[in-house]
Amino acid sequence: MRFRLFLREPSAVFWTFGFPILLSIALGIAFRNRPPEAVSIVVQAGPGADAILRELASPLIKARVQDGEAARRELRSGKVVLLIIPAAEGAARTYRYDETRPEARMARALVDDALQTAEGRLDPTPVRDERVTEPGARYIDFLLPGLVGLNLMSSSMWGIGYMIVDLRTKKLVKRLVATPMRRGDFLLSFVLMRAVFLLVEVPLLFAFGWVVFGVRVVGSPLLLMGLAMLGSLAFAGLGLLVASRARNTQTVGGLMNLVMMPMFIGSGVFFSTSNFPDGMQPLLRVLPLTALNDGLRAVTNAGAGPSQVAFAAVVLAVWAAVSFAAALRLFRWR
Amino acid sequence: MRYPGGVAAIDGLDLDVHAGECFGLLGPNGAGKTTTVEILEGLLEPTAGDVEILGMRWSTDERRLRERLGVSLQETHLPERLTVIEALILFRSFFTKGREPEDVLRAVSLEEKRASYYEKLSGGQKQRLAVACALVGDPDLLFLDEPTTGLDPQSRLQLWDVVTEFKRAGRTVVLTTHYMEEAERLCDRVGIIDRGKLIALGSPRELIAALGGREVIEVTLGGGAIGEDRVGALSGIRGVSAVRRVAEGLALTADPLHVALPALLDHLRGAGLQLERLATRHATLEDVFVALTGRGLRD
Repeated sequence: MRFRLFLREPSAVFWTFGFPILLSIALGIAFRNRPPEAVSIVVQAGPGADAILRELASPLIKARVQDGEAARRELRSGKVVLLIIPAAEGAARTYRYDETRPEARMARALVDDALQTAEGRLDPTPVRDERVTEPGARYIDFLLPGLVGLNLMSSSMWGIGYMIVDLRTKKLVKRLVATPMRRGDFLLSFVLMRAVFLLVEVPLLFAFGWVVFGVRVVGSPLLLMGLAMLGSLAFAGLGLLVASRARNTQTVGGLMNLVMMPMFIGSGVFFSTSNFPDGMQPLLRVLPLTALNDGLRAVTNAGAGPSQVAFAAVVLAVWAAVSFAAALRLFRWR
Repeated sequence: MRYPGGVAAIDGLDLDVHAGECFGLLGPNGAGKTTTVEILEGLLEPTAGDVEILGMRWSTDERRLRERLGVSLQETHLPERLTVIEALILFRSFFTKGREPEDVLRAVSLEEKRASYYEKLSGGQKQRLAVACALVGDPDLLFLDEPTTGLDPQSRLQLWDVVTEFKRAGRTVVLTTHYMEEAERLCDRVGIIDRGKLIALGSPRELIAALGGREVIEVTLGGGAIGEDRVGALSGIRGVSAVRRVAEGLALTADPLHVALPALLDHLRGAGLQLERLATRHATLEDVFVALTGRGLRD
């Protein structure tokens, strides 16, 4: 019954299925594979400037010669990341750049390497470059499972939270309580509804990722679905819990954001959780979205087996059980 | 039952509803009717007092009680995109035994709307569906909270038929209303509630008889304000049992009419008062309410 009602709200269908696809298209475009970008630098006009320009001939370096004052201005405004001040033969050449800017440090290394080599430096050990571009190690491969996780979280929580508060404000919850309906059944129906949608949602997103970006699921699809199912149960439980007391949609919206924001940022959707300080890691690891994302990624990209994702599965199952039980206790029935 | 802050919504209300009767709770808006039925329905917990229904109590037999109760709340909203028959099937699924949804659909004359979405129904149809959802569990006791408020006359008549049909099967109905007409038509007994207190209890006939007269004479007199002594004099007329002020003049409760009316005309003529308007009608529960509280039902 819930299922039919949902399908009769076209906008809800879009937000569940269309939105994540649009998001991954947008991000896919932003992070599509392209040749490494060239760094822009400037050489201060003076004796030796043209020689430097010649030595820097490389597709990775975009260099120009400018007068002293103009060159400094360009550096200050960030148009270029490095300023080279040429020096007389034998004297020290000056690199002027902002050390805290990764691009600037990269430019310094590239420029110095190119100039020293051109001026006769010999590398003691020969090197061979192996460039990684094959599917499975690109940013989109990292991103897609994270987006699936994010989508499971937001569609479960918003879908359930809003629906329940809406039913409550329309006094439908009160009407249902006046029947012999079991209260647990009522709450369970929301959780099961989410589980059913998931059977469509997750394969759809992965199929999309495979067709458009060539993201392949290395591990078992069944294990992937199992994890997604646990994740969806955990978020459905949280959605119920968040909605269990709220009397209106404003309240539930605020609570939703409060619960989801930390996970949005801290659960490794767009970038790895390892960017956070070590002290926060244990905390981040037990967030349901972190567990889900880690699990999905392990299966999708690394082909992990059941034993490797057991921790994630346990975390999700605990969240699901605890939040559902708490929601059943706290739920405001009128 | 008390609201936060200590205002009693209903206070010391004692009621017995007999099996097989239609009992009406009557009163103006805010009198405590809904609070009373919601306590009876087990949706609100009384701060003090006891409720016993079909020999059971909410604290111990909630599920068994729910199986035997049909409830129509003051406002029932169903999901907008649910069809009529789906709503009935859904509510039927909550009960272990009950009536066929198709059967109930016929009882409330909604067969034509079988596959319509809830949002497409008119107010009267929505209300009939709400009552149908209460009937689908085949209850022994039916609660209807203001079932016809805001409905057009035709929808009201249709709902009255549904209730009458249910009563005929020997089942019990408790309904609230602020329409006196509805109470007189449907109810075997009514309780009149005002400000959380039960102020009268009996069959509509008994309550009207207690006014001291079954007829009401309304008069409008010319020539300025009517003094207290005049009101006193009028209530002394033979056959008149009470006089009260109404918007356009005075209302006299009279019985028998053929004695009171000539006496009234004689009195007015003797006092040199000019009669601008005179009308007579049967006394209603509205008059009972006004006589008891000094206020109209819809004030």
